Amino acid sequence: MIGNGSTRLLSRNFAVDNMATVDVALKHGAYEQFKRAVKMKPDEVTEIVKASGLRGHGGAGFSAGTKWGFIPKDKFPRYVTVNGDESEPGTCKDRLIFERDPHLMIEGALICAYAVQAERIYIYIRGEYFYPTRIVAEAVQQAYAKGFAGKNILNSGWSCSIHMHNGAGAYICGEETGLIESLEGKTGWPRLKPPFYPAAIGLWGQPTIVNNVETLAFVPRVLEIGAEKFAAMGSPKNGGTALYSLSGNISKPGVYELPMGTPLMDLLNKFGGGIPNGRKLKAVIPGGSSSHILTAEECENLPLDFESVAARGSMLGSAAVMVIDDSVSIPKLMHWMVRFYAHESCGQCTPCREGCDWLLRLSKKFLDGTARKSDIDDMWELADNIDGKTICALGAAVAWPTKSYLVKFRHEFEAVCKN
Amino acid sequence: MPISESLKKKAEEIVFRYPEDKRASALIPLLFEVQRELGWITPEAEEWVVETLGVTPVRVREVITFYSMMRAEPHGKFIIQFCENISCCLTGGEELQHHLEHKLGIHPGETTKDGLFTLKCVECLGGCSWGPMMLVNEDQYFQLTKERVDQVIDGLRSGTPVKADHPTPLLGNVAGEKV
Ligand SMILES: Cc1cc2nc3c(=O)[nH]c(=O)nc-3n(C[C@H](O)[C@H](O)[C@H](O)COP(=O)(O)O)c2cc1C
Ligand code: SF4
Ligand code: FES
Repeated sequence: MIGNGSTRLLSRNFAVDNMATVDVALKHGAYEQFKRAVKMKPDEVTEIVKASGLRGHGGAGFSAGTKWGFIPKDKFPRYVTVNGDESEPGTCKDRLIFERDPHLMIEGALICAYAVQAERIYIYIRGEYFYPTRIVAEAVQQAYAKGFAGKNILNSGWSCSIHMHNGAGAYICGEETGLIESLEGKTGWPRLKPPFYPAAIGLWGQPTIVNNVETLAFVPRVLEIGAEKFAAMGSPKNGGTALYSLSGNISKPGVYELPMGTPLMDLLNKFGGGIPNGRKLKAVIPGGSSSHILTAEECENLPLDFESVAARGSMLGSAAVMVIDDSVSIPKLMHWMVRFYAHESCGQCTPCREGCDWLLRLSKKFLDGTARKSDIDDMWELADNIDGKTICALGAAVAWPTKSYLVKFRHEFEAVCKN
Repeated sequence: MPISESLKKKAEEIVFRYPEDKRASALIPLLFEVQRELGWITPEAEEWVVETLGVTPVRVREVITFYSMMRAEPHGKFIIQFCENISCCLTGGEELQHHLEHKLGIHPGETTKDGLFTLKCVECLGGCSWGPMMLVNEDQYFQLTKERVDQVIDGLRSGTPVKADHPTPLLGNVAGEKV
C-alpha cells in the first residue's frame, strides 16, 4: 500500500483534470525526477532502476535496468523507442497513460534516454490510437517549450530530441524488432535474435532501448520513492505495481493498478466485482491472448507476478486478464484467438504463416459441426510444429494458447466432433 | 489530383523527424498523411511519395499492402473499424457486429451504396475493458449496445454526429477520487 492505503502509484493523477497540459502536470510534480536525474551520473540512474526490480510491462517482463546496462560502451549515436503499439489482445492500459498522464511517460523516456545517453526518442504509437496520439503529440510540444527536450537540456550538456511515429495496423510491430523495421519505413518483419538485440544493434543499426509505455512511466516514480521502497511494494523480484487490464465476463471491467503479486482471485472478486449474470468462472487468460489459459481451479492462490504465473504454466505477459464464464464455448474462443494470429502473422516464417492458416481452417470446423476427433490432434500437432521454430515469439504466442485450450478443455472439442 | 501545398508542407515536417540520410523512415507516417488528406492513396500520390523519399516503388507497394490501415482504393466517407477480438466478443461483440451489418446493409469489407460507410472488422483496438468498441474514422466509441450503435450511425447519416468517447472514460481503480 502506498501512503493512504491507495495502491495507485503510476495512475495517481489519472483523474486530475487537464493533466495532459504541462502546467497542470508541473503542479503535480511532473519532470521533478528528470531534473534530479540529469544531476546524477547516467550509470547511477541505471543502477537505481536495476535495484528497483522494475520489470518490462510490454510482455516479456525483462528487468528494465538490466536492459539499459546492455548498451555497448563506445557505440554512438543511441536511441530510445517507446513501444506504444499496445496490440496484444486484452491489453488497454497504455492508452490511459497516453490520454491521462502523457508527461509521466515522456519524463520516463527522457530519464531513460539520459541514462543511456541517447540523442533521440521515438514514441511509436499504433495507428488506431488517433485520439491518444493527438494528446501525446501536444504534450511533446509542451515539453519542448519548457526546455525538457532539445539542445543542452537543463544545462546538463546533453541534447535529445523527441519524435512521434505512428504505426498503421500490424500487431507484429509491437515486437521490438518489428517495431524497429517499421520505424525504418519497412514492413514490420521481425529480425533474428541473435544478433539483432536492439540494445546492441537496433534502429538504423545503432544501440536502441525499446521499452513499453508503462515501464517508462514507472521510472519517475522509482526515482521519487527510491529503489528500495519500490521493490518492497511488489513481490520478490517483481518491483512496484502493475496496471492490470481486466476485461471479458466480469462485473467491473477496467484498469486496476495493484501491487505486483496481487492474487488473481482478489483482482476478480474484490476489485472486479466477480462474474456477472449469476454465471460461474470457467477460465482466465492471465496475460493477453498469447498466454496459456488457466482453468478456474488453476486461478486459486495465484499471485499475479511474472514468476508465479510462469510457475503455474502460463505467463503474466502484459497483465491483460481476460475472464471467461461458463456460458462461453472454448472451441469458439479458440476460433476468435486463432483468427487473430492468422491475420497478424507477418508471413516471414513458413511454420507460422502456413500453420496459423491451417489452425484457422481447423478451428472453423469445430464451429460448423464438421470436425472429427482427429482434428483435435492435428491442431495440437500443428501448434507444436510452430512452437520454437520461428523467428519471433508470435509463433509461440499462437502455439501456447492453442495447446492449452486443446489439452485443458479437450472434452469441449470432443463434444462437438462428429466421430 | 495534384499534391496540395499543405500536404507538401506536412511532408517536410514528417521527414524532419528523422536523420537527414534516413528519409525512408518517413514512409509510413507520410502515406498515413496522404490518405488522411485524399481519403486513399491514389497512384499519383504513391508516385509522389516514391519521389519525395527517394525509395523504390516496390518498397512503397510492400508497405501499403502490409499494413491493414493503408488504403489503396477509395473507401466510404466514414470508415468503421469494429473490433472482433476476444474481450469484445465475450461482451456481445459478435451479435452487435451482425446488428451493424444489418443496419448498414453490407458485409465486412464492403461500402454502402451511398458511399457513406465502409465496414471493417478488425483485431483488438486496445479498448478491451470498454468493449465492445469501434472506431469511426478517428473517433473512438466504447461500451457499445445496439442503441448506441444506432445513435452513432443515425447521427452520421443525418449530419449530427454523437460525441465520441474522448478521452477514454476511467474504469477500474485508476479512476480514484476526482481531484
Ligand atoms: C508478437 C509480439 C507482439 C508484441 N507486442 C507488444 C506491444 O504491443 N507492446 C509492447 O510494449 N510490447 C510488445 N511486445 C514485446 C516487445 O517485443 C518488447 O519485449 C517490449 O516492448 C520491451 O519493453 P519492456 O521491456 O518495457 O516490456 C510484443 C512481442 C511480441 C513477440
Ligand atoms: S513467427 Fe510469424 S510473425 Fe514472427 S517473424 Fe515468423 S512469420 Fe512473422
Ligand atoms: S478485444 Fe476489442 S478492443 Fe481489445
